[in-house]
Amino acid sequence: MNDPLPWLILFLPLLSAVLITLFTLKDGRFSAMLSVGAIVISLLLSINLFINHAASAPPQDISVIWLSVGKLDIHFGMHFDSLSLLMLLIVTGVGSAIHIYSIGYMKGDPSYGRFFACLSLFTFSMLGIVLSDNFLQMFIFWELVGTSSYLLIGFWFTRPSAANAAKKAFLTNRLGDFGFLTGIILAWSMTGTLNFAEAHQRIVNNPEIFDTAATAVGLLIFCGAVGKSAQFPLHVWLPDAMEGPTPVSALIHAATMVAAGVYMLCRVFFIFDPSALTVIAWIGGITSLMAALIACQQNDIKRILAYSTLSQLGYMVMAVGLKEPPAAMFHLATHAFFKALLFLGAGSVIHALHHEQDIWKMGRLKDKMPITYWTFLLGTLALCGFPLLSGFYSKDAILAAAWRGSMTLFAIGALVACLTTFYMFRLFFVAFLGKVRSEAASHAHESPKVMTLPLIVLAIASVLGGFFGIMAFVGPQFGETDSVVFAPFEPFQNAPAAACLGLAAFAIGIFAAYALYAKAETDPLPAKAATLSRVLRNKFYFDELYAALIAATLDAIAAFADGFDFGIKMLVRAVKGTTELTGRGLRLLQTGSLQTYTFLFAAGIALVLYFMLLR
Amino acid sequence: MSPINLQDYLVVSSLLFCLGLLGVIIRRNVLVIYMSLELMLNAANLALAAFSRFNNNLNGQVLVIFIITVAAAEVAVGLALIVALYRRRQTTHVEDLATMKL
Repeated sequence: MNDPLPWLILFLPLLSAVLITLFTLKDGRFSAMLSVGAIVISLLLSINLFINHAASAPPQDISVIWLSVGKLDIHFGMHFDSLSLLMLLIVTGVGSAIHIYSIGYMKGDPSYGRFFACLSLFTFSMLGIVLSDNFLQMFIFWELVGTSSYLLIGFWFTRPSAANAAKKAFLTNRLGDFGFLTGIILAWSMTGTLNFAEAHQRIVNNPEIFDTAATAVGLLIFCGAVGKSAQFPLHVWLPDAMEGPTPVSALIHAATMVAAGVYMLCRVFFIFDPSALTVIAWIGGITSLMAALIACQQNDIKRILAYSTLSQLGYMVMAVGLKEPPAAMFHLATHAFFKALLFLGAGSVIHALHHEQDIWKMGRLKDKMPITYWTFLLGTLALCGFPLLSGFYSKDAILAAAWRGSMTLFAIGALVACLTTFYMFRLFFVAFLGKVRSEAASHAHESPKVMTLPLIVLAIASVLGGFFGIMAFVGPQFGETDSVVFAPFEPFQNAPAAACLGLAAFAIGIFAAYALYAKAETDPLPAKAATLSRVLRNKFYFDELYAALIAATLDAIAAFADGFDFGIKMLVRAVKGTTELTGRGLRLLQTGSLQTYTFLFAAGIALVLYFMLLR
Repeated sequence: MSPINLQDYLVVSSLLFCLGLLGVIIRRNVLVIYMSLELMLNAANLALAAFSRFNNNLNGQVLVIFIITVAAAEVAVGLALIVALYRRRQTTHVEDLATMKL
């Protein structure tokens, strides 16, 4: 509490969001400056914190009591350890690059100010997740991230597709968050604390604390990650989220927010028992394979990258499931760099081609946009795991983990690596090489400096990301003391088979892509494997399946409710009918004739007298 | 010839009452119905006076005086109503006075 700097990191973006919303919404340029200023200062402060923190140092906590309800104190705090510092750097670093890029990309948009307000709000919420030291605070920021993601996906809300995508993302996330919240409540009721460190301590002291519910708690909390990190079966929202502006896709739906799920899994890694971890590993594996397959037959440049993101997130989740969170965090970090780079490169292309996203309408962009071309190539190589680039090391860490953990998962991982190279080079060959395929592509021009500069910075990070020893930095927190400081060919010594197979996968993938797409005019796959292509093109029919399932469920509920309603309606009708009939009958007595009344009156009295006196 | 006893009075009273009731039920003219009502009232008065006389209790006779007084006032009001009704409708037949019927 004495040191205001950490609080500044968290609250500067919020301040910027509030200031923009309240005062400077009309003045786009000033809003952009505010937002960029806030995140750059946060980045500098984070670097300062990072330098002053030694990997072996104990975690630091600062917290204040936020709410006090009876015996329950809810803290609002920040937790600094290797894990959160690394994530802090990724979020502010990649975030800064993307904020600056947005200045150029969003130029001329009528809602320039609103865009930056939302970006700042998102940065604030994301930093909140990263720094939170207890479940409740994390959940609050978790929802805030969902909200800002909703606002940004639906940024161009006048387009029905964008509005629908925003709704879909929000609702799908709700499903996962329901599980997450249930898990949090369950964990809290059993450990009696919301704080991560205290919960960890209590589980260490008493491993049987969850009794038989251990797997259930783990899986419920994992639900949150399934929603946020778009794992199977809640993966359907992420590709649609590409309706948002491209910098948003880069920041939220590639580099940071979707990684929050993986980060959360690492943060509460102590809570998972072996059977929960097995499920996690398999969900990750299935997601990565499925998404990689789908990506092979998509034609929208952003959708290919979106499925690639899904696939890589699957890798990270699989690594967590294989009890190697450092590998997951490593891949998370490098992936944040090269996937943000790829998205920004795609954004640059889309910008140059006046919002053309179909790769078959691009082509030969190499000569027109050299900086974009070279940075995109570096990003692609890094993603595919080309030796000495960052992706090679992080992907190898995961493959090595799979090699030690489960051969089936390793096979899936290797196949996914091969597919990754295939679809990325398919995109690359078609969009950047080959012939000019459309009018727009022939008039393409390089993007302004404010957009290319972040590309170059991210490209450098993607190339060098593997050399920083991220594994060794995060490792000690998960009890791995033997993580070596980096050596360029360490993967080959560590798990030679995994590394060699990974390289082979890369070679096969690039060869297949070259053979099929280097000279292709149109996509040859639909002709060669029609059924497979159609299934992949339609994303394994998940959207249709869900639509049908939801429709069937709703129909059943509606039919039941209708039947119930019918019963009530009949009851009401019966009451009404009886009343009316009685009324009609009694009405006949109301003749309006004085004599009749008198007669009935006399008859009544006679009757009463008869009963009273003569009986 | 035996002296007149309570039963004789009550028989007369009952007969008068039933005549009155019959009149109320079967006559159509409001004026006549009204007269029949007075007949029923006086039948009750007769019964009260008879009970009072035979039970040596003067309360009944006091009540009779009261009823006669009140009935006189009531007749004044009732006849006024009938006159007003006649002026308005030009009739005193109950069949024509059924506007309250639904």
